[in-house]
Amino acid sequence: MVDTAADQASVASPAKRQGGLGLSSKTIERIMPWAVVISLFLVWELAVRIFDFPQFILPAPSVIFESMWQWRVPIIDNAAQTAMTTVVGIGNAIVIGLETGYHVGSYSLIYNGFYPVLIGFNSIPKVAVVPILVIWFGIGTVPAIITAFLISFFPILVNVATGIATVEQELKDVLRALGASNRDIIVKVGIPRSLPYFFASLKIAITVAFVGSIIAETVASNKGIGHLMIQASSRFEVPLVFAGLLVTAIMGVVMYVVATFVERRMTGWATRSMDGSMGSS
Amino acid sequence: MAGGFVDIDNVSLRYGGEATGTLALSGMSMAVEKGDFIAVVGPSGCGKSTLMKAMSGLWPVTSGGVSVAGQTVSGPLSMVGMAFQAATLLPWRTTLDNVMLPLEITQPYRSQFMQKRSQFRDKARALLKLVGLEGFDEKYPWQLSGGMQQRVSLCRALIHEPALLMLDEPFAALDMFTREELWGVLQDVWLTKKPTVILVTHDLREAVFLADKVYVMSARPGRIIHERDIEFARPRELDITFRPDFGSIAQDLRHHIYSARQEAA
Repeated sequence: MVDTAADQASVASPAKRQGGLGLSSKTIERIMPWAVVISLFLVWELAVRIFDFPQFILPAPSVIFESMWQWRVPIIDNAAQTAMTTVVGIGNAIVIGLETGYHVGSYSLIYNGFYPVLIGFNSIPKVAVVPILVIWFGIGTVPAIITAFLISFFPILVNVATGIATVEQELKDVLRALGASNRDIIVKVGIPRSLPYFFASLKIAITVAFVGSIIAETVASNKGIGHLMIQASSRFEVPLVFAGLLVTAIMGVVMYVVATFVERRMTGWATRSMDGSMGSS
Repeated sequence: MAGGFVDIDNVSLRYGGEATGTLALSGMSMAVEKGDFIAVVGPSGCGKSTLMKAMSGLWPVTSGGVSVAGQTVSGPLSMVGMAFQAATLLPWRTTLDNVMLPLEITQPYRSQFMQKRSQFRDKARALLKLVGLEGFDEKYPWQLSGGMQQRVSLCRALIHEPALLMLDEPFAALDMFTREELWGVLQDVWLTKKPTVILVTHDLREAVFLADKVYVMSARPGRIIHERDIEFARPRELDITFRPDFGSIAQDLRHHIYSARQEAA
């Protein structure tokens, strides 16, 4: 029989190894992202100073931060709007994507019938849809929400449907031989099995949902980070445009982190089975 | 051939379409008494797995009749436990929760599941102990070796106390030593619980060691061409597999399979 205690010890041991500066590799791992971001800004700052770029081409990070502070009230105001439209859009995409994905994945007839349509639908550039949304809903919040929804809905649907549609035949046989209904199979196996797929798609969806919101805001809105950036660029306030980009990036990272946190709690088994390959022998 | 616990009467089964489909079984008849341990062997592709699907009601037969416990099989039977070559455990469930899965699905356990949860847990633990997995309740499948996963799979097939246990090459993916160890486990389980066992295998030693009766199937379309009672005393020790009489039985069965393959070629 496998000595699991020994296995766990061997899994844990790499974390105890000492790094170059007397820090554990775990600490270094945690510091790394920050180190990379800070050095990126440092290189950027240096490059701008050494080559003396004009501010309206490439502003230095220090100038961007200064502008961020100067315009903090409108930035926060507009960022809140963008965050709201994105969260509402993606929230709807999650609910409707899970529901639709569940149905599409459960019945092969629907799966085969709808798949080409869905692919075609997803191939339409969402920017091209915005003018239509404006005609239907007018300028404002609604087109931004719908664009964020449209752009993030598809990856969620496809991944959930795939997770549910690809349950192993033998497993289905085991369950069906027990008298399980189709619904039982989906609830007990299909849905838990599709969760890792769902979260993989959610992480993509979150970042692209911001793209959707901001596209809509630049084309047809009077509020939001996208709108702010368009206005700033029309006034040649390039540092403010960059500040807008930075804020968007920060919001994207925050939402990604939230998604990853939820994923860890709900589908630890999927990531652990990869990390823990040493555990099985 | 009426009267057996499992009755297969002149069954043929064609899958994948009326005329163009594959005829997997033809003129298949066998009867298994309650509490018997039988093994079905045959050349590969002879329809052994199809036979299991027909018996468990997963696939409808084209003609002939299948009955279990006096009732004609027309759909999936909940009195059946199944285990396959792949352990097919759910990776997001612990060992204990994997074993308890059938109780969440089959009646009468399903409606009692909430109230009797702790009782069911004890039952699952007892079963895990029987197959030598005491203390592994909270482990996940990826923390178990292949042989241990297969033991869990066996427990899952047994937890709802099925009258009929169907095993489709359950040990085929394991190394020889683990396989032989699990033969012992399976024999113990059978001697303790006394279910009717139908074991499909291509390992003749496995069939002769475990079963009371071995059936040899022809090449496709499959039917029974030979049956042989195995009369070694129980519990059987692994040592008997080296005895000359054991060897000659296996040799004899091998000849039947060879001739079945010759016929097909």
